[in-house]
Amino acid sequence: MLLLRIATTHVRNRMRQTVVSTLGVALGVGFSVAMASLMEGSQRDFMTTLIEAIPHVEIVDEKRVPAEQPATAVYDAVAFHGLRPLEDLRGIRNPTEAIASLRDWVHGDIAQRLSGQAVLRYSGQDLGITLSGIVPRRELAVSKIEEDMRQGSIEALDTTANGLVIGSKAATRLGADLGDTVTLTSANGIAKRFKIVGLFHTGITASDEGFAYAPLKAVQILFEKPDIINSISVRLSDINQASDVAARAEQQLGYKAVSWEEANEGLMEAFVVRNAIMYTVVGAILVVAGFGIFNIVSTIVHEKARDIAILKSLGFPESDIQQVFVLEGLVIGVLGAIAGCLLGFGLSSYLATVKFEVTTDVEMTRLPIHFSYLHYVLACLLALFSSAVAGFIPARKAAKLNPVDIIRGAT
Amino acid sequence: MTGAADQPANGSGSLLEARNLTRILPAVVPVTLVRDVDFKIGEAEFVAITGPSGSGKSSLLYLLGLLDRPTAGEVLIEGNKTADLSSADMAQIRLEKIGFVFQFHFLLPEFTALENIMIPMQKLGRLNARDQLEHATRLLSDLGLEDFLHRRPAQLSGGQRQRVAVARALANAPDLILADEPTGSLDSAATEQVFESLQTIVETQKTTVIAVTHDMDLAARMPRRIHLVDGRIDYDRAQ
Ligand SMILES: Nc1ncnc2c1ncn2[C@@H]1O[C@H](COP(=O)(O)OP(=O)(O)O)[C@@H](O)[C@H]1O
Ligand SMILES: [Mg+2]
Repeated sequence: MLLLRIATTHVRNRMRQTVVSTLGVALGVGFSVAMASLMEGSQRDFMTTLIEAIPHVEIVDEKRVPAEQPATAVYDAVAFHGLRPLEDLRGIRNPTEAIASLRDWVHGDIAQRLSGQAVLRYSGQDLGITLSGIVPRRELAVSKIEEDMRQGSIEALDTTANGLVIGSKAATRLGADLGDTVTLTSANGIAKRFKIVGLFHTGITASDEGFAYAPLKAVQILFEKPDIINSISVRLSDINQASDVAARAEQQLGYKAVSWEEANEGLMEAFVVRNAIMYTVVGAILVVAGFGIFNIVSTIVHEKARDIAILKSLGFPESDIQQVFVLEGLVIGVLGAIAGCLLGFGLSSYLATVKFEVTTDVEMTRLPIHFSYLHYVLACLLALFSSAVAGFIPARKAAKLNPVDIIRGAT
Repeated sequence: MTGAADQPANGSGSLLEARNLTRILPAVVPVTLVRDVDFKIGEAEFVAITGPSGSGKSSLLYLLGLLDRPTAGEVLIEGNKTADLSSADMAQIRLEKIGFVFQFHFLLPEFTALENIMIPMQKLGRLNARDQLEHATRLLSDLGLEDFLHRRPAQLSGGQRQRVAVARALANAPDLILADEPTGSLDSAATEQVFESLQTIVETQKTTVIAVTHDMDLAARMPRRIHLVDGRIDYDRAQ
């Protein structure tokens, strides 16, 4: 208590410098907090959008390990060369059975698809697209495509056997409109006429230009793959189960099952890198703030050499002297941290209200800010650590000062 | 060397003892500050240390007050050796048993007279806050400073500051007060006040006061005088 009083007295008597270094810490903490809430906000925002947009688990018609050739299975320990692999009709077979077995234990919605490449033709214009054959009711349960519908609906695919839902950009490029009839041609050369019953707009150009939906049956005919699908999408009630569900489904069905985490591994890594960069910047800001504190405490140690000699002659041990100056650093650190939290809160509150007009692929109307007390605690702890270190260095010097030299010097 | 024998040389029981005390500053050409100083000082003594400028008076005082460590020889306090003490132990002895008064006041400039006196009390923590305030107030009043309790050093005259410094040296009721030219920067009236206050301390509180002075009139009024020349004791006698 006594040491703290001596420390605050020293700090108070250098008001201007104290205010400047307090501001340094406050700015460091404030910007760190604002930056962290913006970073985490945008990450959460992105993840929410991502999780809404993609299946939590997707089972595709691939195997992680290439299929064993029948000959190898029969003739053990015999190597065959020059055999041509058995041409496999790609796709998940017996989809009804597979889906039924998943329904038994998966909590969530399941939808099947058959997707493939096709060419969309209208009034002499061609456009390559990815065509997905869907069961509309099921698809609506696992995806949010409904929200992106601008005209018509997905449900219309239920009632129109050759209905087609395409993206707004594709429609614009072809000059086609709702109600128009277009031709779809598969890689096998089969062509069928489809009627546009819906237009969607996701804001992602690749989708709006390159995706189309049609009833599963119609697509199976177009691709000549009757009763075959090539992906099963699962939307779970609890997304944290995704990895477990994927593993079990893969084990059960023998097809590759990918959780959303696995599918977006690259992105998750990118977030780690982004956070590392952020904390480096935060650290750098606080190191700079630490220099301010180091500077003022060093100045005080220099100016107060005489007081240090007095305190020592009165019987204050070196550890007390050291504490006085570490406390001085901490007093500034605490003041700066408090001011910084207020600044950070104000800054992020303000940023949360700013509106943006952006015309990129993904439209964003305002900055996503995530408020978390952890940002404040972390920034304050870093600031206090930095100020303690900044105070500690001159404090050690102060503790080591020889009082005799100072007393002699004064006389 | 006559007087020293007359003094209460109660063996190892003396308050303060210097044995072959030597302090040499290490340098290319080493500087000898104090050489082979021997004496014992008992309770309630009033000792003058005199000698020409540069004779090692201040250096001796720093050694006696455990602010500096000797190159050879030793300082014993109440018969206890101090050579092996840590600097924290020495600080604790200074806090409990020794009070310093320097030529220039050496008060903490940001604190009032009262606060300056209470700081060592708070550090020691022997009294509660109310008793500390009461004791500090009495110490200042005894030195005629009752009207200046809440003044800062800058708002006091030289003599007043020096009396605050004396009061502070008394704060924790030490056994020993070491004063280095306490009146050296004062006019004759202030000198008289400070000298009398030291004299009173010896008489009423049985505290030993060792005061460096080159004021021969003052030295003559003190019962014992140790005279240094070139860091050595020239004479140590009662008067
Ligand atoms: N740090 C130092 N370096 C060199 N010489 C010193 C130092 N400190 C003291 N001295 C010398 O040591 C001698 C004793 O000094 P001091 O104890 O202050 O004497 P006094 O108090 O009797 O005037 C003086 O000659 C002084 O100049
Ligand atoms: Mg001197």
